Amino acid sequence: MSLTIGTMMALSFVVSLIGLAFLIWAVASKQFRVDQSDAEVIFSGAEGEDHAPDDPTSFGFQEDAEPGEGTDTRHRKLIFALIGFGTFWLVLGSIFGVIASLKLHLPDWLTGSAPLSFGRMRTMHLNSVIYGWLSLAGIGVAMFLVPRLFKTPLRGVNLAWGGLVLWNIGVAVGVYAIATGWTDGMEWLEIPWQVDILLAAGGACFAVPLVLTAVNRNVHHIYVTAWYYLGALVWFPVLFVIGNLPIHTGVQGATVNWWFAHNVLGLWLTPIGVGAAYYVLPKIIGKPIYSYRLSLLGFWALALFYSQVGMHHLIGGPVPTWVVTLSVVQSVMMFIPVIAVAVNQHVLWATNLWAFKQSLPLRFVAFGAVMYTLASFQGSMEAVRAVNTVTHFTHYTVAHAHLGAYAFVSLVLFGTVYYLMPILTGRLWPAPRLIALHFWLVAIGFGVYFFSLSIGGWLQGLAMLDASRDWLESMQLMQPYLEGRSVGGTLMTLGHLLFAINLLSLVFAPRRSTDAVGTATPATSAS
Amino acid sequence: MNKVFPLAVLAFAILAFATLMLVIFPAAQIRTVEPAEGLEPYTAVEERGRQQYVDLGCYYCHSQQPRSPEQAPDLQRGWGRPTTPADYVYDDPHVLGTMRTGPDLMNVGARMPSQGWHLTHLYQPRAIEESSIMPAYPFLFEVKQNPDEDDVVVPVPAEYAPADGAKVVARQSALDLTAYLLSLDRTYPAKDKELRDLGFDGGDAR
Repeated sequence: MSLTIGTMMALSFVVSLIGLAFLIWAVASKQFRVDQSDAEVIFSGAEGEDHAPDDPTSFGFQEDAEPGEGTDTRHRKLIFALIGFGTFWLVLGSIFGVIASLKLHLPDWLTGSAPLSFGRMRTMHLNSVIYGWLSLAGIGVAMFLVPRLFKTPLRGVNLAWGGLVLWNIGVAVGVYAIATGWTDGMEWLEIPWQVDILLAAGGACFAVPLVLTAVNRNVHHIYVTAWYYLGALVWFPVLFVIGNLPIHTGVQGATVNWWFAHNVLGLWLTPIGVGAAYYVLPKIIGKPIYSYRLSLLGFWALALFYSQVGMHHLIGGPVPTWVVTLSVVQSVMMFIPVIAVAVNQHVLWATNLWAFKQSLPLRFVAFGAVMYTLASFQGSMEAVRAVNTVTHFTHYTVAHAHLGAYAFVSLVLFGTVYYLMPILTGRLWPAPRLIALHFWLVAIGFGVYFFSLSIGGWLQGLAMLDASRDWLESMQLMQPYLEGRSVGGTLMTLGHLLFAINLLSLVFAPRRSTDAVGTATPATSAS
Repeated sequence: MNKVFPLAVLAFAILAFATLMLVIFPAAQIRTVEPAEGLEPYTAVEERGRQQYVDLGCYYCHSQQPRSPEQAPDLQRGWGRPTTPADYVYDDPHVLGTMRTGPDLMNVGARMPSQGWHLTHLYQPRAIEESSIMPAYPFLFEVKQNPDEDDVVVPVPAEYAPADGAKVVARQSALDLTAYLLSLDRTYPAKDKELRDLGFDGGDAR
């Protein structure tokens, strides 16, 4: 057996090294032809010159911009519908989340029926926000960005509308199935596989238009945002199909389970967030990212290393040592792509703090980008055996999951929606102060949430490892931290309601009159 | 990066390699194990109870994977010896769990062999442990003034019993779930001891 293990480890290392060597060779010999000047393809002006900051909420509409440039009405409505339905799932999912959180310190509250029990509420929360909110809003953002990046109209808009219908039905039936106790019973894969067929069909209806648009593009260079989107479009279907095949049992089911669950974060939600940030940060500021070549390393290293994590969720468990060690090693290797992205994005906004102060959308996106760095660093550390022994099986992990899926991906999506909606509709947000309030509610709410569970979870882990203390102590000491989580979660949910109200308010906002192009007064920043 | 096709192919190839390493190889190694001697397939009742355990989401708070004594005091807490894949052969879906909001349940049937204890605990956990944060599951039970002869009456302490002297009777779902919990007993000797994460055992961990 040690031969198998040794061979596999060696094989993995060799292939990874060959991959890295290939990458370095490809970059050095310009196989990928990535140049700093390519970073400027997202700007309308000539290369090297100054570009105007682009955020209608803070700086007014750009003079030459038409509302919803490159989109027709059906396409505009599609984007609005994707983000609107996503927001519906966000609000609903948040309410499920708060109920689940309250139940952990009020165990005799709402015990009357099975759908209201903790085990189901928690699961309805997760599936609503992952497949409802993050996926739909992320696809909505992609439907906006991809045609812009490729300077061509979106192909197959009707098909994408079909995708919207199928996907929403899939999530709704899936969440309802979980409420009634029909579940596949694996974390992140609870939606019954029969219902998942709807999601797979819906996903294909989203993927085909995006790929057709990419193939028919009117630009030579593919901008970094689109790498992440194209990658995600390849990865997610593969993961989703393999994870949902109803053939996994026993411990082998657990290995597939955690490979899938971690890769949904790494190869689906992360590209959605990182891709959007790679566009919105430079676009709002009006300057390209710090080092475009570095983004290449960030992308391919993410693909190589992230695809092999997940087994660190089974550290100390009944799975072969080599497969756990492999995931631990690859988790630590994630420092490479994360630092690459961090350098590119943080140097840009940190050297342009004027924009950070003025633009609310930028504030959301930059905050989210920083959280990506922190979540990934934390994740790499958490995968190390010595740390994992303490944090495994505790609420520390829950805090970490929210740092990634919420503080990073959701915040980037909030900011991107606040950025793109005025451009799409030609309407300014009627109440920028509510955007600022949204920011502070979710930032403070998340802070309370995260620190409660992280501190509590760490103490819980230490108590559980201490043989001289009764196990009950590890449960009892969590009480105040679980209450703190409910407070933070409630603040975040209020923020999400504000987000929904802001989106609705845009429907009633006056449209920018076309003869007043360039004279629209910048809305005052409401910080 | 100016071409869609090579980008997509390389992205796919990388994931395919990861699938080989983390899905196919572990499956080849784990799915070939024989069930441990002493491990019985679940009976129909236990399997129904297991379904209750899964669809009520018990595994979100309870793990079923005791760690080795070198890593954590799970054995000392009475949760049992470290497990191996041979202990899970009949588990579909797996319920290894990732949280210990509640204790590990891999051997709860051996540790808590009383049906009455489990029924009371499911009906009202705080009747047994005051500080428990486990949800109560009253919907698995019904309250009857005059239980039938074959009804299983739950021994609920007066404080939590129905006020009018009625009896709490277990529904079939509660009996199934309890049968499953009582079946959780992996106290027989471990098989394939090497086939688990030995990263904490020092020395010759592979």
